[in-house]
Amino acid sequence: MNILKFLTAGSVDDGKSTLIGRLLYDSGAILVDQLEALQASNRKNDDGTIDLAILTDGLKAEREQGITIDVAYKYFQTDKRKFIIADTPGHIQYTRNMVTGASNAGLAIILIDARKGVIEQTIRHSFLVALLGLPQVVVCVNKMDMVDYDEAVFNKIVSDYKVLAGKVGLKNVAYIPVSALKGDNIVHPSERMSWFKGSSLLPYLETVEIPTDTLTEHARFPVQWVVRPQTEELHDYRGYAGRVSSGSFRVNDKVTVLPSGFTSTISKIELLDSEPEAAISGMSVTIHLEDEIDISRGDTLVSAKNKPHVSQLIEADLCWMDTKALDTTHTYFLQHNSKLTRCRIQEILYKVNINTLEQEFVEDFKLNDIGRIVVKTADPLAFDLYQDNKANGGAILIDSRTNVTVGALMFRANAD
Amino acid sequence: MKQLDYLDELEAEAIHILREVAGQFEKPALLFSGGKDSITLVRLAEKAFRPGKFPFPLVHIDTGHNFEETITYRDNMIKRIGEKLIVGHVQDDIDAGRVVEQKGKNASRNQLQTVTLLNTIAKHQFDACIGGARRDEEKARAKERIFSVRDEFGQWDPKRQRPELWNIYNGKIHKGENVRVFPISNWTELDVWNYIRREKIELPTIYFAHERDVITRNGQLMAASPFLNMDDEDVVERRNVRFRTVGDMTCTAAVESYAFEIDNIIDEISASRVSERGARMDDKVSEAAMEDRKKGGYF
Repeated sequence: MNILKFLTAGSVDDGKSTLIGRLLYDSGAILVDQLEALQASNRKNDDGTIDLAILTDGLKAEREQGITIDVAYKYFQTDKRKFIIADTPGHIQYTRNMVTGASNAGLAIILIDARKGVIEQTIRHSFLVALLGLPQVVVCVNKMDMVDYDEAVFNKIVSDYKVLAGKVGLKNVAYIPVSALKGDNIVHPSERMSWFKGSSLLPYLETVEIPTDTLTEHARFPVQWVVRPQTEELHDYRGYAGRVSSGSFRVNDKVTVLPSGFTSTISKIELLDSEPEAAISGMSVTIHLEDEIDISRGDTLVSAKNKPHVSQLIEADLCWMDTKALDTTHTYFLQHNSKLTRCRIQEILYKVNINTLEQEFVEDFKLNDIGRIVVKTADPLAFDLYQDNKANGGAILIDSRTNVTVGALMFRANAD
Repeated sequence: MKQLDYLDELEAEAIHILREVAGQFEKPALLFSGGKDSITLVRLAEKAFRPGKFPFPLVHIDTGHNFEETITYRDNMIKRIGEKLIVGHVQDDIDAGRVVEQKGKNASRNQLQTVTLLNTIAKHQFDACIGGARRDEEKARAKERIFSVRDEFGQWDPKRQRPELWNIYNGKIHKGENVRVFPISNWTELDVWNYIRREKIELPTIYFAHERDVITRNGQLMAASPFLNMDDEDVVERRNVRFRTVGDMTCTAAVESYAFEIDNIIDEISASRVSERGARMDDKVSEAAMEDRKKGGYF
């Protein structure tokens, strides 16, 4: 059994919380005491049934305002798969939350209100999902009960969305007509939409294949920690602890250490008492090399056959996440996997109007702005382009004055 | 294409987080409660750092109202792993007048331990505290980051959380602040139990069904003990019970159970329709109970 992390994009008005509540409720993930708390609450739908949206809005501040202010994570499982939902708010002022949620997800559910069709918000959400490189999208056309379960309404939205998907560059898109409120096509096929021959949402999520990068060619291993017991019996022990971010490594593989460029051969892979022959993408292990090389936290072991870029000047997409605007004269911290260095945003190339997708030429970058910049780093980075290898192509910006995470970077080109 | 099994993936993520703590902080600590979640953390730390020593001590906040079995387990475990243990005693803060013991029937030291925790962090100048909290436990926890920054008063501000992208964790803080780190955020109760079974991890005996004197209070089974304020209305009964979480004796309710082996427990949880925090009196105080306690520095 494996895990599927997915993001839900939409606003409260689209019935997003109700959709998640319905998935949890109909799949039996809600427990008795949670259900009791739900029933005791005053919020009910017009017909007296439980308001499932309450299941997802967690904080007191949110309940008071009836909004979702942050990313909430929800967990449920079926016989086939485990699911982690990143529930993010959909309004434009929460763009940064959606970017955060999307950074870890393998699939996005984009909600469209059947009465409204493809609107500005849909463009924004689709652009962000494409920007963050999510491999799979499901468009749920919700509130089908409000349009008499009309097939023509659904078909019109599908054809409109296909145009948008082409424009933002989304390749794998599935379409499902649903009513989260009434439970149509969420867990069970809807009798009221017998014209729809596709799979309901949950069976779809249970079976969809999410491509993972385990190709040996992209082998990347950021070193987090050097294990050196320095005891009598383990005097010469030196293991490099980290997590394979992409690709896979085997004993006897030739590896290059970046940024130094030294090469060596893997002599042993360890995980506590076991010594696996190979470490695939996602595994946390300790790697030993045949040669004694100076390696420390922030260095990356890579396949000697396929090396990433090494550079200090990179063109990247930037999503700005702080209320204080970007300051191109300020030196920020940049964190790329285990590597921390200083950097400056050398040039703003353009900003994208995420509602119209038009490029705008601007002087400044404010909260929730997204666009293309050139970043210059103090130390060389060993990176891949985000579109080729997400796991080694993203970084965060930290304001050295406040220590807050202020930006997300997706590397797009080596500008050196 | 080969993909990791879910337990391997959760394990690898937690190990990665523990190593980030080691790499990013000067004086981290692992908060050890004696419960199954922190016991799981110890196992994960062994996977992250052996054959080296842990780059942090274990810290136990002792309310003085612990189950005896928890303390026995803790001391045996420390002997086995050979790591350093620091104990913060709530009793010391009571004796020094920094906190006042609660009164009345439902009196518990659960809330007092926040003060002892914050004092222990300040005394040892810990900049990161690793804990076993999980997002599936409770609504407020569902929104907490894996690296969760606390200000110099130990407070959590849900509206000022840092965005947490990809697998990159920002551990930069100002002096006096500290970060609470939750490596098993993405695990569910069932995941923890399945992991314990797979790894053959030993647990304190109170997790398994045993005979015990209990009283029924507010519909919950509470262990009869000198720490629980009892009066004539309380009827002591001998029942077959086990505990799903291990906290203070005054706030951890038992469930009637005949699960003597881990397989029985996993079957029981899979079929169970009550969440584990449903057996915590401390969450029942108000709908926003956990959110308020977390803002005040509770774990």
